[in-house]
Amino acid sequence: MTEIQAGPGAAVAAAPVSGDVPAIELDHVVKEYVSHGEVVRAVKGVSLAIAEGEFFSLLGPSGCGKTTSMRMIAGFEDPTQGVVRLHGEDVTSVPPNKRDINMVFQSYALFPHMNVWDNVAFGLKRKKVPDAEIKRRVGEILEVVDLVGREKRRPKEMSGGQQQRVALARALVNRPRALLLDEPLGALDLKLRQAMQIELKRIQREVGITFVYVTHDQSEALTMSDRIAVMNDGLVEQLAEPREIYERPASKFVAGFIGTSNLLSGTVQQITGDTAVLALGASDRILVPADGALAAGASVDLTVRPEKIKIAKDQPEGDLSVVRGTVSEVVYLGTYNSYVVRLGDGAEITVFEQNANDSTITAERGDAVWLSWQPWHSYALR
Amino acid sequence: MKGGLLRGRGLQIYTWLVIAWLVLPIAVMILFGFNDTHGRYNTAWQGFTFKWYGKLFEIGDLTQALVNSLLIAVLTMLIAGVLGSLIGLALGRYRFRGSGAMNLVMFAAISCAEIVMGASLLSLFVTLAVPLGFWTILISHVMFSISFVAVTVRARVMTLDSSLEEAARDLGAGPWTTFRLVTLPMIFPGVLAGSMLAFALSIDDFVITNFNSGGTMTFPLWIWGATRVGLPPQVNVMGTLIFAAGVLIAVANALLARRRANA
Repeated sequence: MTEIQAGPGAAVAAAPVSGDVPAIELDHVVKEYVSHGEVVRAVKGVSLAIAEGEFFSLLGPSGCGKTTSMRMIAGFEDPTQGVVRLHGEDVTSVPPNKRDINMVFQSYALFPHMNVWDNVAFGLKRKKVPDAEIKRRVGEILEVVDLVGREKRRPKEMSGGQQQRVALARALVNRPRALLLDEPLGALDLKLRQAMQIELKRIQREVGITFVYVTHDQSEALTMSDRIAVMNDGLVEQLAEPREIYERPASKFVAGFIGTSNLLSGTVQQITGDTAVLALGASDRILVPADGALAAGASVDLTVRPEKIKIAKDQPEGDLSVVRGTVSEVVYLGTYNSYVVRLGDGAEITVFEQNANDSTITAERGDAVWLSWQPWHSYALR
Repeated sequence: MKGGLLRGRGLQIYTWLVIAWLVLPIAVMILFGFNDTHGRYNTAWQGFTFKWYGKLFEIGDLTQALVNSLLIAVLTMLIAGVLGSLIGLALGRYRFRGSGAMNLVMFAAISCAEIVMGASLLSLFVTLAVPLGFWTILISHVMFSISFVAVTVRARVMTLDSSLEEAARDLGAGPWTTFRLVTLPMIFPGVLAGSMLAFALSIDDFVITNFNSGGTMTFPLWIWGATRVGLPPQVNVMGTLIFAAGVLIAVANALLARRRANA
């Protein structure tokens, strides 16, 4: 089991403990399709190792290859190149019904002509489990997903949330060594989705099974995952813990896809100690931690999260990144205010300000304001 | 308001006219099965009787023709039902080399004029020196009804969520078990509808059968031959019974569908 530690020391991605065989491994996997005579590369070489008991998310926009990657783990797609291993065993050419993993489908794929009980018992019957044990295990799992008393219902007589739980029970009752979930909460409304996120996490802790979760919803991935692989255009852009991915995005794509980011760029003017100074204007400056790779004259792309920025009418003091601009948009969002500030060079910066005091806002549309943030909140992108 | 009322009344009259148009010939057929006719022609009402139901099988040739027709229709239903379903499954599920051509052939077989199909089948059988009779009728009936089954099943397969089969595979079912437990029950309404269509097409086919029957007599062929000398009331009775069986099946199907919807 990998545990996330909620502290600054947990920034390093928890790779599978060496010596332990990873539960699931993709080894330089490529998937190509031929569509209308053209070769489409859906997955362009993905390698990743998922540890036993881990809650692992494949996150990315539609068409990034995350679902194809998952379907190769399940056995529904054959990789064009590369190897899929389950617990160290090469299963690349093993059909899905011979793989000891189960999947929860995006559409749930419940058998409409069977009731809840028969749906859930389907896998156990295929494995010739004795009737008494089927009865016991199906009963147990229906208790876990809170569906006792609905055994005789047909799927279409149930709500989306209930169908979702039947799909989960149908997979979990087989006690698979890993569970694959393909955007399982996509069809639910927001409230139910949030409740199911917590529920899924609880079930995963209870059964202790490896979960591989495919989603395009970054907040879902951040909430539940031990580790996340952010995918884009058939490749893994970053593989790390949620905190690491949010605080230290590996690329422009990751910074833009996860949460709201302000992307800025500039030229290093000078290096002072461990800080690089990017000049933007007479009194504007951006401070970036210099990690040795930065030298004077180098151009830098950097990202700053909106909630790290302070907005003020007066010039702030201290060793801060400081920029000036004009407020072009103010949105009241309940727990916080969102400002869009236009800088002198036309770039726009989004700032979130906690609604800690009362409903008064710091600046109105058209006001000239100062934005400031700590140097370590500027994160240079490679 | 008044115009609306008028339109409503007009629509009502029109609806009843259409229903009458459809039902009247059937009603006449049923009615003349009860006609106490004494002459050769069963066209004028001469009083009510049940006697034709008692003497239903007294015309030996007619009975043999009906038996032939029923046997051919049932065999056609089974053979075309199975083969057509497999074609429909393949066309609805997969894109393969030749699937476009296959679709075209299916469509051609449905839209082809019967007289053309009957004549070309005859010349085929003659060229291959196949003796005409029961088997050539069966072959031709399977041939023209198979595309109707395939098209019906294909439509059903195309509405099927393919992840259902993947889910079955995922839960440990092999390809055959998946087909038996998931695919077949899901497409069964289509298979049933297609097979019934094949039965219906077969039992009343005249044109193609006439070309390929040789000496074998079917129900429609016998009636056609008899019209010149006058139709016996037994024909009306048999028609009534076939019609009643069809109505019964339709009603049972509707009731079953309703119960399934409520279950």
